[in-house]
Amino acid sequence: MADTTTETRVPPSGPDLAAIWETGPGLKGWFSTVDHKEIGKRYLVTALVFLFIGGIEALVMRAQLAQPNQTLLSPAEYNQLFTMHGVTMIFLYALPMLSGFSNYLWPLLLGSRDMAFPRLNAFSYWVYLASGIFIYSTFLIGQAPNVGWFNYVPLAGKEYDPGVNIDVYALGLIFLGISTTVGAINFIVSLMRTRAPGMSINRMPILVWGTLTASVANLFAVPALSAACLLLWLDRQFGMHFFDPLGGGQPLLWQHLFWIFGHPWVYALVLPAMGIVSDGLPTFCRRPLVGYTAVALATVATMVVGFGVWVHHMFATGMPGLALSFFGAASMIIAIPSAVSVFAWLGTIWTGRPVFKTPFLYFSGFILLFVIGGVSGFMTAAVPLDWQLTDTYFVVAHLHYVLLGINVFPVIGGLYYWFPKITGRMANERLGAWSFWISFIGFNVAFMPMHLSGLRGMPRRIYTYPDHMGWDVSNLLTSLGSAILAIGLLLTLYNFWISRRRGGLAGPNPWDAATLEWSVPSPPPAYNFARIPIVASRHPLWEVRLKSVKSQSNLNSEIVLDDGRETPATSTLDAEADAVLRMPGDSLWPALLTAALAGIFFGLLFHLWWLSGVAAIFSIGFLAAWLAPVAPPDRAEEPLVG
Amino acid sequence: MADVLVPREPVPVAPQGRRASAWYGMIFLVATEAALFIYLLFSYFFLASQAPNHWPPSGVPDPLVAGIDTLILLASSGTAWWAQRGIQLGSSIRLAAGLCVTILLGLVFAGVQGWEWAHKTFTPATNAYGSLYFTTTGLHIAHVAIGLIILAFLAVWAAMGRFTARRHLHVVVGVLYWHFVDVVWIFVFSTFYLSPRLG
Repeated sequence: MADTTTETRVPPSGPDLAAIWETGPGLKGWFSTVDHKEIGKRYLVTALVFLFIGGIEALVMRAQLAQPNQTLLSPAEYNQLFTMHGVTMIFLYALPMLSGFSNYLWPLLLGSRDMAFPRLNAFSYWVYLASGIFIYSTFLIGQAPNVGWFNYVPLAGKEYDPGVNIDVYALGLIFLGISTTVGAINFIVSLMRTRAPGMSINRMPILVWGTLTASVANLFAVPALSAACLLLWLDRQFGMHFFDPLGGGQPLLWQHLFWIFGHPWVYALVLPAMGIVSDGLPTFCRRPLVGYTAVALATVATMVVGFGVWVHHMFATGMPGLALSFFGAASMIIAIPSAVSVFAWLGTIWTGRPVFKTPFLYFSGFILLFVIGGVSGFMTAAVPLDWQLTDTYFVVAHLHYVLLGINVFPVIGGLYYWFPKITGRMANERLGAWSFWISFIGFNVAFMPMHLSGLRGMPRRIYTYPDHMGWDVSNLLTSLGSAILAIGLLLTLYNFWISRRRGGLAGPNPWDAATLEWSVPSPPPAYNFARIPIVASRHPLWEVRLKSVKSQSNLNSEIVLDDGRETPATSTLDAEADAVLRMPGDSLWPALLTAALAGIFFGLLFHLWWLSGVAAIFSIGFLAAWLAPVAPPDRAEEPLVG
Repeated sequence: MADVLVPREPVPVAPQGRRASAWYGMIFLVATEAALFIYLLFSYFFLASQAPNHWPPSGVPDPLVAGIDTLILLASSGTAWWAQRGIQLGSSIRLAAGLCVTILLGLVFAGVQGWEWAHKTFTPATNAYGSLYFTTTGLHIAHVAIGLIILAFLAVWAAMGRFTARRHLHVVVGVLYWHFVDVVWIFVFSTFYLSPRLG
């Protein structure tokens, strides 16, 4: 097997492909690259920066709450901090981080040379960056969003919050929604059209299933948030009455629209991360994933049910009993597909031969945290218990177990797993193990006692609390634990920082893993695959040793396609090649269009209508230039092979 | 096996129609845009169901003018289809002419919609119904405007001879968007002008 890998690495047509696919030099190349690996790395780094910023905000809050009656922060400052912490982590870290993995990995996992829409891919990154800056633009002048990440009216209305705080939130999330939406479309079409021949849908890695499911969900969930934010902005700026009971509106409309978006969204934040574990864990158990089909179906089933549980965020709003029963039951049923995945992972470890490398530690630690977070979620699905616990720290503990447990731990594990592929060097194993144990202990010290704070009635979002409420010890532990967790995360960042130059050379497949990305050099060349692989199983690199696999993938096929930027198109279900796609090269239009869109949004924020108008005209011009018809290819048909 | 997966005979380069990525891209853009309108119409029905008094507060709107306007917009889908059929038969002139007629019908639709707006007895700030009416129809008109810009670019490119019978993917994708703008209006129209008559 090692021989095949070496052979594919030195293809006869290598230099030509490099010249065709490499990004241009200099600053212009930096702004105009459409290389999915470059874009993926930018997503990962930017999301890590937001994780860092959101983490600092959390630590400041924990310093304030470490003991009763502290005055480090004023109530107004505290409001902005907890809002920005939530907005940053949920919108600017969690999904973009997963998009970073998927952007970097999809074409490598699928055996193609780029995403279906390379320029759209660059555009989704630029808009993500611009909307992140937009959302933070008023933070420094003390006017950041300040009524929590789910931004309930009437508190978010003009009457109670007259500054620009909420306008930044509403416009910023509409802006970010553009990035999420075009990114989701790109993932779906890439999956449908750009898989290697033979990678039928029952041979795709689970990460692909996770990101596909999240992307389809985002197409239908994100518009609910965009609509809600638009209506809120119109209420605030033009005296409309969507959420104003005196004018015939309903504050509950906001909650419905927000959570119709919000609950599918939290599954979008975890399903690709669960996919990272489903693909990474088997590598360290030295066996294929147990129950591939069940896990893939569970992924999709989670999302289908996930569209029918949003009211469990609204149990305390006085809805009819029938509605509460229905949504309570749905929220319990959704535990079933999650349990399927948990047992598949446990079975994989149980029947495998675990290798205790850093990624394995993070992946297996994740399973425990997932179960704990899942159980506390199951508890609050019971309506009477939810009435007791809603708006207490119990819910905060639950959502941190879910979001850190199911997003951050797999993400850090995934970063350790693919670090050698991305940088070509191994991360330091000893530092990695230390970072895991410190993070894992710190996390549990921080968030386990938080359940107790909540059970003892501590409401969320209070900037301080009196003593003798029985909350002192648990809060001190939470603050201590969060500091330990921060040290663990910083250790990981330090490890990556030093290892990217000093780590040992990785080679193509340092973990002896099974999937296609490990068949190419580390880091991969601009064209990914010198020869497009023809896939015959789920484990192209393990076929020789797996006796159950009869057929043999061909990693050294005759599909070269070096007449230009080309990659094969394949049919959606069976991945039969049916066309050659011409892919676009470097382009400045995505960055320019993003700049123009930013102009529109800043104009709307500060009522500079002329700025929005001028920027809109520029947007149309850039978009037209981007999409203008190109000259037809020199020939209408060509053979895939030879 | 391998022959099915990777055919020996030549395959299309930069494929057109339903083998093109852009066609799928537009399908999913339409899906997410449709979801946006679904949530606005959800907002309408939610607020209607919660209204303490009669709904709509300003009385049931007269569907006559908007109904005629709906027919005009649907006709524009027909002319867009006729234009696209033209380039499939190799006629850039028929394509450009058909697109121009489509644009004209779209402009008439927008003009009549403006007349409707001007004759309403309420404003967006009067009550929640006014907010819903002007926001939903306004967002639809914004989509009409984007559609008209797309059609205008297509007409210019058609007149410049950029499309052929074999290669006119832009036309297929752009006209698909225009059909969406027309179909979604049927739902907006039915919600605001017809559904109050059911109760």
